[in-house]
Amino acid sequence: MQDALHPDLLNVVLKSLAFMGGIGAVFGLGLAYAAKKFAVKTDPKVQAVRDVLPGANCGACGFAGCQGYAEAVAGDPNLSPGLCAPGKADVAALVAKITGKAAPEVIPMVATVFCRGGECKAGRRFKYEGVKDCRAAILVAGGDKTCIYGCLGYGACEKACPFGAISMGPENLPIIDREKCTACGVCVAACPKGIIHLTPAAGKVHILCSSHDKGPVVKKACEIGCIGCGLCSKGCPEGAISMDNNLAVMDYAKCTHCETCVLLCPQKTIKDMLDPAKEQAERIKLPRKEPQAKAAGGK
Amino acid sequence: MLKDLFTIFIASAVINNFVFTRYLGLCIFFGVSKKMETALGMSMTFTAVMVISAALSWLVYRLVMLPLHIEFLRIVLFIGIVAGFVQFADTMLKKLNPTLYYKLGIYLVLITTNCIILAVPLLNADNNYNFLQSLTLGLGSGAGFSLALIIMASIRERLELANVPKPFQGMPIAFIVTGLIALAFLGFSGLITI
Repeated sequence: MQDALHPDLLNVVLKSLAFMGGIGAVFGLGLAYAAKKFAVKTDPKVQAVRDVLPGANCGACGFAGCQGYAEAVAGDPNLSPGLCAPGKADVAALVAKITGKAAPEVIPMVATVFCRGGECKAGRRFKYEGVKDCRAAILVAGGDKTCIYGCLGYGACEKACPFGAISMGPENLPIIDREKCTACGVCVAACPKGIIHLTPAAGKVHILCSSHDKGPVVKKACEIGCIGCGLCSKGCPEGAISMDNNLAVMDYAKCTHCETCVLLCPQKTIKDMLDPAKEQAERIKLPRKEPQAKAAGGK
Repeated sequence: MLKDLFTIFIASAVINNFVFTRYLGLCIFFGVSKKMETALGMSMTFTAVMVISAALSWLVYRLVMLPLHIEFLRIVLFIGIVAGFVQFADTMLKKLNPTLYYKLGIYLVLITTNCIILAVPLLNADNNYNFLQSLTLGLGSGAGFSLALIIMASIRERLELANVPKPFQGMPIAFIVTGLIALAFLGFSGLITI
């Protein structure tokens, strides 16, 4: 048995208590002072807008993430509340309400791939054995696809999509899930061939080719490319299709989905996305074929 | 004197690199080395916090703890000092330089409980370094960590595009690469003999 506490021990305990207590108090007071002195007044609107935004930080609005847009839209009275592409009209209306601005009219858009030349429609010019990325593949003589305008199929858009709306299909063409797509435009920027465009979601008839080559060149390169024959342009009752340098271009504002062009097109480049069942049936018909490049990489 | 400081700097930055030879701070190392941009931001913030916290810890340790003979409390105290300082810097930056705050603010919070930040004041205390030597150790460790982060970030950016076998994708290949760099860093041992 020892009698009571050793005086030295007591001394140390007291000193430690005083010291740690003192340090704690100094830090506490210092931080409280700092918090008061350096307090930043935050606009409650910013937080409200931030809560409404989807929070994907995709940058479609042109600001550094959702926080950046929230601050900008709350602070700048002239900035449109409808810049958030993923949020579409609902978010635009909410943001407009919070910031007290007029609700803008937002046309729902969706990303569309303007190429149908998959593995079995347009082949490969050579065997590409490099980094499996479109941006790397394009550095080698413009890519290995027979069509110089066509989709390379290495999935840069799939990797870029912040919403997981793009998957590479059996033909190594990106398939865009039109439900998940928010039209943020990240894939548009990611595609080195520039064949993904934002189109109005209401526009269902698309001329899915980007080739400006002349007819014979396209025919050689791809079974399904636009040969620039102009039949659709001449046949369209609404005058919605114009020819731009050997490529038919659709004016979605004029198109009435009459499908005349779909029937007229000798190359079947024009696709009607009105009926999902029809699209599904067509996809099943396509023969599955593993792309060369993938097979080589797996060895 | 100068030679001594140089030795401490080189030793802490390269020979005893915290990440590759002492295996400290690995969580942040793997967490922020995915992109060069974040790696650079983290490196700068880390080095700044390291030097300042080394200085603060040295002052408190030397002026208060040693005279009172309560050195055994140093781990608790150093954590407190770093956390307090980081919190203070966070509040201050937000007000004084919002641009810098949005660039480096997220890293500041991550640093608070980092083990390298804690190891530097502890090493300073154990080695009885004077004020300048403590600062140099802080700076050297910061430089060493930055070096590690930048090397790793540049490798991982390339790994993103490489054809890595499925079981090794992501973290496993990062660990293997780290192991290889650590082996390479062993080559620095014996660079300076004290």
